[in-house]
Amino acid sequence: MSFYATTIAPFADYGFMRRALIACLALALGSGPIGTFLVLRRMSLTGDAMSHAILPGAAIGFLVAGLSLWAMSVGGLVVGLAVALLAGIVSRATSLREDASLAGFYLISLALGVLIVSTRGSNVDLLHVLFGSILSVDDQALLLVASISTLSLVALAFIYRPLVVECFDPGFLRAVAGRGSLYHVVFLVLVVLNLVAGFQALGTLMAVGLMMLPAAAARFWASAVWSLAALSAFIAFVSGWAGLLVSYNFNLPSGPAIILTAGAVYSFSIVFGRHGSLRNRYFPGAHFHN
Amino acid sequence: MSGIIDIADLTVAYDRRPAVHHVTGSFARGSLTAIVGPNGAGKSTLIKTIVGLMHPSTGRVERHGLGRRDIAYLPQQADIDRSFPINVADTVALGLWNETGLWGAIKPKGWNRVADALAHVGLEGFGHHPIAALSAGQFQRVLFARLLLQDAPVILLDEPFAAIDERTTTDLLAIIQHWHEAGRTVIAVLHDMEQVRHHFPQTLLLARELIGWGPTSQVLTDDALHRARALAQGWTNSHNHPAGHAA
Repeated sequence: MSFYATTIAPFADYGFMRRALIACLALALGSGPIGTFLVLRRMSLTGDAMSHAILPGAAIGFLVAGLSLWAMSVGGLVVGLAVALLAGIVSRATSLREDASLAGFYLISLALGVLIVSTRGSNVDLLHVLFGSILSVDDQALLLVASISTLSLVALAFIYRPLVVECFDPGFLRAVAGRGSLYHVVFLVLVVLNLVAGFQALGTLMAVGLMMLPAAAARFWASAVWSLAALSAFIAFVSGWAGLLVSYNFNLPSGPAIILTAGAVYSFSIVFGRHGSLRNRYFPGAHFHN
Repeated sequence: MSGIIDIADLTVAYDRRPAVHHVTGSFARGSLTAIVGPNGAGKSTLIKTIVGLMHPSTGRVERHGLGRRDIAYLPQQADIDRSFPINVADTVALGLWNETGLWGAIKPKGWNRVADALAHVGLEGFGHHPIAALSAGQFQRVLFARLLLQDAPVILLDEPFAAIDERTTTDLLAIIQHWHEAGRTVIAVLHDMEQVRHHFPQTLLLARELIGWGPTSQVLTDDALHRARALAQGWTNSHNHPAGHAA
């Protein structure tokens, strides 16, 4: 088969593939930078926990309005934010640390979500919510994902400087600007929003994959916050494009194909990356000067 | 009291356990004061409360109209993520926060001041180095360059010389001396008593409660240090450390 037939023709021939590709681009532009900040803030697992916390909200939306994009998105957003807020309150009001209280809340929400969907919906519905279906993304979903990405990039631009400073020197930020927690809250809202966007395409279980894997991979190549964010977005988009092609050509489910492609980039980066990779650490003579 | 910063019956607590207990006193304008005391004595807690990062349980800190921009603060190195992907020039440029705020661009003049500050701390030409590549001493010089740009009348330093090489310590002490001569008020948490005796005219000796506050030679007596150590022994025996926090 020619290069054109394997890499471009599927998108040229089919509208659903084009829409899926654009959805990947929109997701990548929002999730890449958000994922970068999650990695830099050592909150990688928080992203994972939050993505599971979205499930009962989506399930309640489904219960109320069936497979309605807006109902499930709003439900996911509200419950995701509520879990983040509750976890924060519990960790401040009790001696439990935030990661433990977040884990507690997300496990409860995950079980609750599966319970709601399985008692009231079919297995097909459950699979849709858990694993998404990027190939069935319609114009409405595409608009939602693109709007969330746009909002995320604009909001990140507004809080970029304090967010960066809060990552590496929180005491300094609070001394010069006060209100470090305000930026943290805005950032958490953006995380939940992007997970809601991702779950349309990849499902609640894997929405976080396109956020974390490209960002973690980029850490091995770039050495400034802006280049990390740009590279994460690029890797996320390429993973989406390649994952869709793998899915199309080998008749595999698209969500896992996309995440596994991102996983392959991540694995390659661990071994061959420019900064702190295995090659770099154990074969220092083999690398060019960085 | 009529200092630049006055402290009135200040108690600061973690989980209801006081880390600083009923401290009263005054930092005179232009004074150079060392805060010393055993581990867990509440030194960092006191300095964080003066900056406004922690809140008094009872009592108060009177800053007499000093705003955020008037107080420059050097956090402990342990509180900073030194693996963060940021370069030296960008870190120092944060000292221009009062001029740039959240969104303002840094103008060429600002970058010139960054370069001057770096030269002043002996790191000329280091602007493009990532902070992760610096030694602890070099990184502390970067943070002092940031303090220089903040240009504040009050400067608070939390353990500025912990794990820092001797040459850097000497250079940075000279900068502190220079600030003092220029009439700035400097308060530093320190451990090395000899350093305090040689370079700091005023001392605040803390063991959660105030043991002494005044001219260094009068505060750092054998009796006072013994009393502070005895109090610290008491916390260790009763396991009364403020749980999980560096005090």
